[in-house]
Amino acid sequence: MEDTQYVVLKKDRFEEFIAALSSMQKLVAPVAKGFGAYAFEEVTSADPIALNYIPTILPLKKYFMPQRETLLEFTLDRRSHAEAVVEYEPLTIFGAHTCDLAGIQCLNMVFSERPKDYNYLLRKGTITLIGLECNDYCDEYASCHLVHASFPSGGYDLLFTDLGDYFMVHINTVSGDRIVRTAGLCEGAGSAHMNELRSLRDRKRTVFRNEVPIKTKLIPELFDAVFGARVWDNLNERCLACGNCTNVCPTCYCFNIKDELDLTLARGIRYRVWDSCQLEPFARVAGGINFRKERSARQRHRYYRKFRYPVDRFARFFCTGCGRCTRACMADISLKETLSELIKESEERVWKKWL
Amino acid sequence: MEKVVIKDSGYRLKKATILRTKNLTRNEKFFEIALKDGSSLDHEPGQFIMVSLLGIGESPISVCSSPSRRDSFDLCIRAVGKVTRRLHTLKKGDEIGIRGPYGRGFPVNIITGNDLLIIAGGLGIAPLRSLITYVLDNRRDFGKVHILFGCKEPKEMLFSDELEQWSQRTDLHYACTVDRADPEWAGNVGVITTLIPGVDIEPLRTFAAVVGPPVMYTFVIKELLKKGIPKRQILLSFERNMACGNGKCGHCQIQNLYVCQDGPVFNYEQIKNLSEAF
Repeated sequence: MEDTQYVVLKKDRFEEFIAALSSMQKLVAPVAKGFGAYAFEEVTSADPIALNYIPTILPLKKYFMPQRETLLEFTLDRRSHAEAVVEYEPLTIFGAHTCDLAGIQCLNMVFSERPKDYNYLLRKGTITLIGLECNDYCDEYASCHLVHASFPSGGYDLLFTDLGDYFMVHINTVSGDRIVRTAGLCEGAGSAHMNELRSLRDRKRTVFRNEVPIKTKLIPELFDAVFGARVWDNLNERCLACGNCTNVCPTCYCFNIKDELDLTLARGIRYRVWDSCQLEPFARVAGGINFRKERSARQRHRYYRKFRYPVDRFARFFCTGCGRCTRACMADISLKETLSELIKESEERVWKKWL
Repeated sequence: MEKVVIKDSGYRLKKATILRTKNLTRNEKFFEIALKDGSSLDHEPGQFIMVSLLGIGESPISVCSSPSRRDSFDLCIRAVGKVTRRLHTLKKGDEIGIRGPYGRGFPVNIITGNDLLIIAGGLGIAPLRSLITYVLDNRRDFGKVHILFGCKEPKEMLFSDELEQWSQRTDLHYACTVDRADPEWAGNVGVITTLIPGVDIEPLRTFAAVVGPPVMYTFVIKELLKKGIPKRQILLSFERNMACGNGKCGHCQIQNLYVCQDGPVFNYEQIKNLSEAF
């Protein structure tokens, strides 16, 4: 029986498919930027698209909650007036890895929680997401299996899986189906194709293993035990408090709100801009008291916001295992290493209890 | 780039007019404010609002009047940041923007029927004034009401005429202290914790409401626990940096809690194990 959720796109038709996609609306995809780095940017042909890439410098959140976005527009004349606005640009994203799809699923939960954030939700509705499955690890920094992000689990309109001379395309939504129909370049998937997909997934199960020696379901327990660990003191000495790790994190969404007047001083905007809990003034109140003054407390806060707090609030981890924080850290603080150290220290504690 | 106006935005402002101002001390100013569309703020005692000055920014401020007065509300603002300093230059008739009210205030419906021990340190009297005036408006619903007030020096005393009135009332037990006296001061001298042992309460049916500077909490909680007040009945309001008020921007987080949505009022049981709270 043919599964209508799956179609096949031969690789010699990929170029045509991308051209069709970009003719529908603005299309962005991973592009090589040199120095082994990649970035999502606009493409109009298949040529610049990097199909084999390590996670891009910035994750997809840059499209869902832009680094800087206008919340209010106002005038300051006699009868001052302010209006809440959202700016958006309909967009198709091609080539999102499963870690980045997981990142968007996390943001979706945060911004749909009441009170809802309509700036995010409105923009999200205008973005089409086409995923690209990872057949193997991108590099040694990834820890996607640990957080259940190495295999696709929704969050996309279409998902591409590279199976040699063709892509298997999973149609997950009606708008994904519309794209496939409009492009008209795909053909039905037969049982031979389905078998090839199945054997790829079987092979993946032998390649992808928990990257840190702990069972995933025990992570919350681990974090319950290590709030006072020495590991945080070690990070205190190494962290430069630059905020790179949070800027590149697909699930870090903290922001600040600021006002800006134009040169006439009669009009202005209130905008939000990415902020980072790693920066010194983040938790400081007027009057000067800082509730997370030490870098150890700020780093610990970051880890708990990935592995502990969201488990209670959203029943999932907010780490997608993409490895960006490790790649971007100037002080070589590694997520995998930190987790391993925490595991080691917690085991020490358990032993001490018994001795 | 396309742009649409959104009516549901959490950042939309309500226009409000300043009806009256009064300098309380050198740093604190009192504002009575009404919403321009004539509607009521409809807040709970202990909730806060975001006060907005277009082109300058927003600042989270506790409402310091009782919700039983519906046509206007009060704010007591200390000039410490760029928004609050600018607010101090405003006068009667000026317009501001507000969002909110936000957060969880004092659970007055749960406190009803119990005794109440209110402990205010310095500017902490502002959010507590909303509770105190609410209790006075509904005095019959509550048991014994104690108010303890402390501040650094007599000249920093906020709402001194109201404090004076409260001290005269027969339906309130009132005591106050200052850390450092001046020549005219005839009352207690010492930190606020010195007033707690002398308060005559029935701990199991007493709720304590505590607001003050961060250093105050640890010591006051210790005294209250010594008195035998259950942890769940010790209510604390926290001040944190807040930018959005919607539980998103992350600035106000105490571990897994967002002060702007889960607080600012917490009971001690909720937060006793959170080291970032104290």
